[in-house]
Amino acid sequence: MAEPLIRLSGITKTFGEGPAAFRALRGVDLDVAEGDFVAIMGASGSGKSTTMNILGCLDTPTSGRFVFKGVEVQALDRDQRALLRRRYLGFVFQGFNLLARTSALENVELPLLYRGESGARRRALAMAALDKVGLVAWAHHAPNELSGGQQQRVAIARAIVTSPAVLLADEPTGNLDSERSLEIMALLTELNREAGITVLMVTHEPDMAAHARTVVRFRDGLVERIEVQG
Amino acid sequence: MLGTTILLAFREIRRHLMRSFLTVLGVVIGVFSVITMVTLGNGATASVRQSISALGSDMLQVRPGQSTGPGGGSGTAVAPFKLEDIAAIRSQIAGVVAVAGQAQVAATAVRNAQNWSTSVTGSSNDFFVAQKLAFSAGRPFTPAEEQSGRSVCVIGSTIARNLFQGVDPVGQAMRVRTISCEVVGVLAERGQSGFAGDQDDTVVMPIKAVQRRMTGNHDVRAIIVGVDPAFDSSAIKASLVALMRERRRLTSTEADDFSVLDSRQISDTIASTVGLLTVLVGAVAGISLLVGGIGIMNIMLVSVTERTREIGVRLAIGALGHEVLLQFLVEAVVLSCLGGLIGIVLALVTCLIVAPLMGLPFLFDPSINVLSFAFSALIGVVFGYFPARRAAALNPIEALRYD
Repeated sequence: MAEPLIRLSGITKTFGEGPAAFRALRGVDLDVAEGDFVAIMGASGSGKSTTMNILGCLDTPTSGRFVFKGVEVQALDRDQRALLRRRYLGFVFQGFNLLARTSALENVELPLLYRGESGARRRALAMAALDKVGLVAWAHHAPNELSGGQQQRVAIARAIVTSPAVLLADEPTGNLDSERSLEIMALLTELNREAGITVLMVTHEPDMAAHARTVVRFRDGLVERIEVQG
Repeated sequence: MLGTTILLAFREIRRHLMRSFLTVLGVVIGVFSVITMVTLGNGATASVRQSISALGSDMLQVRPGQSTGPGGGSGTAVAPFKLEDIAAIRSQIAGVVAVAGQAQVAATAVRNAQNWSTSVTGSSNDFFVAQKLAFSAGRPFTPAEEQSGRSVCVIGSTIARNLFQGVDPVGQAMRVRTISCEVVGVLAERGQSGFAGDQDDTVVMPIKAVQRRMTGNHDVRAIIVGVDPAFDSSAIKASLVALMRERRRLTSTEADDFSVLDSRQISDTIASTVGLLTVLVGAVAGISLLVGGIGIMNIMLVSVTERTREIGVRLAIGALGHEVLLQFLVEAVVLSCLGGLIGIVLALVTCLIVAPLMGLPFLFDPSINVLSFAFSALIGVVFGYFPARRAAALNPIEALRYD
């Protein structure tokens, strides 16, 4: 079998020092294959968010190895990790985190700005991404003029506009009603199947996890169980 | 990259128009006051120079007694000059274009039922030459009139307006004190001067006429000397002093009992005083510019806190620390530069309106405008750096979690 896209081995993460130290991760081993759709579940404090931060190259493990596309991420510095995120990762947050008073189009263009794309190309790519999430007609509306579901779709467009290898979604449906949640899950599933984007999603809702191919359950800083769903 | 960052900065300013305006208000006021003060100050300096040179540039004034300023003669105890002194100066000093003695009396000029209090100066045609006075009508004195002390006069436009009221004064007669005199010329209008008052309120007659019929003596109260601009006025002043000492029989131990005023020197002294005041006021205004910079820093710090989540998003999607730093720095600089530009425009508009009201010329000074603008940009860099560094150092995870 080929080298997995992501390999975590023996990852630990300790916050604080001395007697007050908190061991959030106690030795996590996890492989994610390219093109997988992974749901990460677990109670709060189980280590799923910490793992997600490490997978998103936002945080570094205290010990252990994190190999992403053959690169030892734990050895990279802040800027190198930022470049890795810029090139390969897309983020979707529970709270959408769109820039207020900024049109959907400009929000989607944001990651391209940091890639130094020209204005015309930025616009073309951003419109294509908005088209994928079905919001071309709303391109010039500010977030406060959009519904929650639409805002999250703009956020997804922003995450995929750079054609990332991995999409990291942290409770993407946490702020949405069930109907909007289903729309978002359908969109993520489609992106995973059609565009071949590997999706890593943290959720505590079993209904949402049901859309994933692989479900990873965390408990007390360790991977408790990995289920592969038909 | 920088172009993109500037674009981002403009977007950011547009997103928060009101806050951006309040942020730069300090810089706007600072730049505005510096430029207004300096521009009006320059206008005042120019106006002072102008009114002094209206008294006659390239001109020396010799007065009996030691006076320290214009009009401050102490001299009743000191011997006045004689007409022979004038001839001596004319014949013995090089670089002199005109020498005119002056005898002055206050008098009432009367024509028909109109009368007007003015001052009568007894002098010669050199008086007009030395002060570069032009005629709007008529002619100066003839040599025969000067020699014989005929009762003729040249009048200023104020006299012409008030006594003759539309009638051409040339050839008309008017009465000065008790004597009748014929108007032969009218001087071109010179306007108000801060030092000499209404410069057109004057009557000039041949000095012999004034001496014989009004003062009753042969005293010359002042001598004005027109200097060829090609000559060094201080050298002429020195030889003038030497000549007058000799003529007044002063021994080497005696102090001068007369004084020589150099109009250019007076003009320079007053202009440099006004210039110094301008610098001082400008410096005080400069401090307000500094305070404006602190205002920018305050708002940028608030802005960094307020936009913590946004910074988190930017970092998460791959912005480098120095890119975030640059973004906030450019934002501060763009803001302060905009403030500087607004300040410049406001200051120039204000000066254009206020300068005429204050009777000052509007003098555009490019260097103070460039300097103020550069200073406001510098303030953006200096006071924008600290908040920008704070934004760049944020931890993306904590920034994303911040509410």
